[in-house]
Amino acid sequence: MNSSLVSAQPPIRVTNLSMRYHYKPVLTDVSFEIPEGKTIAIIGPNGAGKSTLLKGMMELEPLIEGQVEFFGQPLANKRLTTAYVPQREEIDWDFPIDVMDVVLMGRHGQLKFWQRPSAQDKQIAEQALKDLKMWEFRDRQISQLSGGQQQRVFLARALAQQANLYLMDEPFAGVDMATEKAIIGLFHTLKAQGKTIVCVHHDLNTVDTYFDWVLMINARLVAAGPVETTLTPENLQKTFGSRLSLLNDLTETMYRTRLNQAHDHD
Amino acid sequence: MISDLWILATASLVAVACSMVGSFLILRRQSLLGDAISHSVLLGIVLAFLATDSRSLPVMLSGAVLIGLTTAWLSDQLHKTGQLQSDASIGIVFTLFFAVGVILISLYAGDIDLDQECVLYGEIAFVPFDTVIWGDLKTGIDLGPRAFWMILIVFAAVLASVVVFYQRLQTVTFHPTLAVSLGINVVFWHYFMMTLVSMTTVASFDAVGAILVVALLVIPASTAYLLAKSLKQMLWMAAGFAELAVLIGYALAFWLDSSISASIAVSAGIVLLAVVVQQQFYQRRLRTQTAIQSPLSAN
Repeated sequence: MNSSLVSAQPPIRVTNLSMRYHYKPVLTDVSFEIPEGKTIAIIGPNGAGKSTLLKGMMELEPLIEGQVEFFGQPLANKRLTTAYVPQREEIDWDFPIDVMDVVLMGRHGQLKFWQRPSAQDKQIAEQALKDLKMWEFRDRQISQLSGGQQQRVFLARALAQQANLYLMDEPFAGVDMATEKAIIGLFHTLKAQGKTIVCVHHDLNTVDTYFDWVLMINARLVAAGPVETTLTPENLQKTFGSRLSLLNDLTETMYRTRLNQAHDHD
Repeated sequence: MISDLWILATASLVAVACSMVGSFLILRRQSLLGDAISHSVLLGIVLAFLATDSRSLPVMLSGAVLIGLTTAWLSDQLHKTGQLQSDASIGIVFTLFFAVGVILISLYAGDIDLDQECVLYGEIAFVPFDTVIWGDLKTGIDLGPRAFWMILIVFAAVLASVVVFYQRLQTVTFHPTLAVSLGINVVFWHYFMMTLVSMTTVASFDAVGAILVVALLVIPASTAYLLAKSLKQMLWMAAGFAELAVLIGYALAFWLDSSISASIAVSAGIVLLAVVVQQQFYQRRLRTQTAIQSPLSAN
């Protein structure tokens, strides 16, 4: 690897991060660094604190203790170059707003509060929609889209922000095959530009095909590192607790893939 | 005839200003907070009057805004630190403020030109009699009703805010978390919105009173919410429905010889009902159409 291409500071460095929810500890003493230009999955069982970690890093929920640095700086200096994609359930899909306006929100950080998006902003938004094959839906109200299409709109919004670092909360949850392919395509494009992607991910089957790196979390950091060396049976067992729950997860995902394949044959 | 025009003009400005502010309240799921502020500003007006002995516009507005923002802040604090439900905390704060306002009015009834009935229900029919006079009381020029000028200024302020800050308000309303992640100061915009609500409700007081202003904040905006495909469309539609309610309400009041403000509120409700019924009808027809078509398309 050419060391001159790698910047001195990692995209994210988390030091001794702890978070609580209503006095109940959710994350305790989490520390890690992630490499630049990789796709990174955050995995762990339900309630392990995956989304909470993402929100804590984005300062959307308070930290009890700890530090988060983005390229060696506090978030306040790096907000515009850090794009966040919330979970689909957190969005009010009945809101009267069309696809184009949502994507243009990606440009708002760059605008002063009285400014309207310029022709250039609109061009960036158009390109983002085309990249995710959503351009023909630009005038649709978001409530009239399918789940996968809604997800693509929010990814286009993040793309329009032209960030260096993308934090996504379960982008693959409940999406159709076309959207899954579109997201993978997006990953390739962003990686080719040297950008870093961090995703909360639930599907253990696809971790090794979609991601380079993995953070395994269960209230604490269990393991962090390249997928090949880190996604081991021991680490999986430590993360997902009993063998049974892991088995359940795996059978469920297998069942899902079979179901998808069955649908594909239709 | 002239007084009819003043009443209609005042009512229209009140209704449209309320519909704009109300649209954002509905989308932010804060209509209860709007209700709360519309009541608690009464205390602001009374306190401002007792402190300065003046009923001038700046005094009334600052008193209302101050208490309006205090209402929003205090309910939030009660919710966060007192571990109470957010709707319960809002209910506690505004009723308390409103009750203190009512007590103050009855204590200083002789000194305050505020009547409890009028505060609660408003009496837009009296609006033309309380006019602003430029210069000397006898020789000066009559500029028209005080309530009209007050709502005109507030209307202009609300309209300018919505036009100038449209993008920010849209982002903050649509997805506060996303707005935070973009570095937008969501707390500032929340209190900015609450300032607009306070100003609008206090300026609407004379015309429609504390109870009916809620109807104008919530109903036209809700009607528009059912139909609108974008925020811009919703704001236009809400203004249209508000104006429609004013016109129907005025005719209704004339016909029944009853309260104008109550008739406007009832008309707003009737318009909402008509839209709901029309939508149900349309959806049912759509369903039967697809039911008829689908066996054909399956072949």
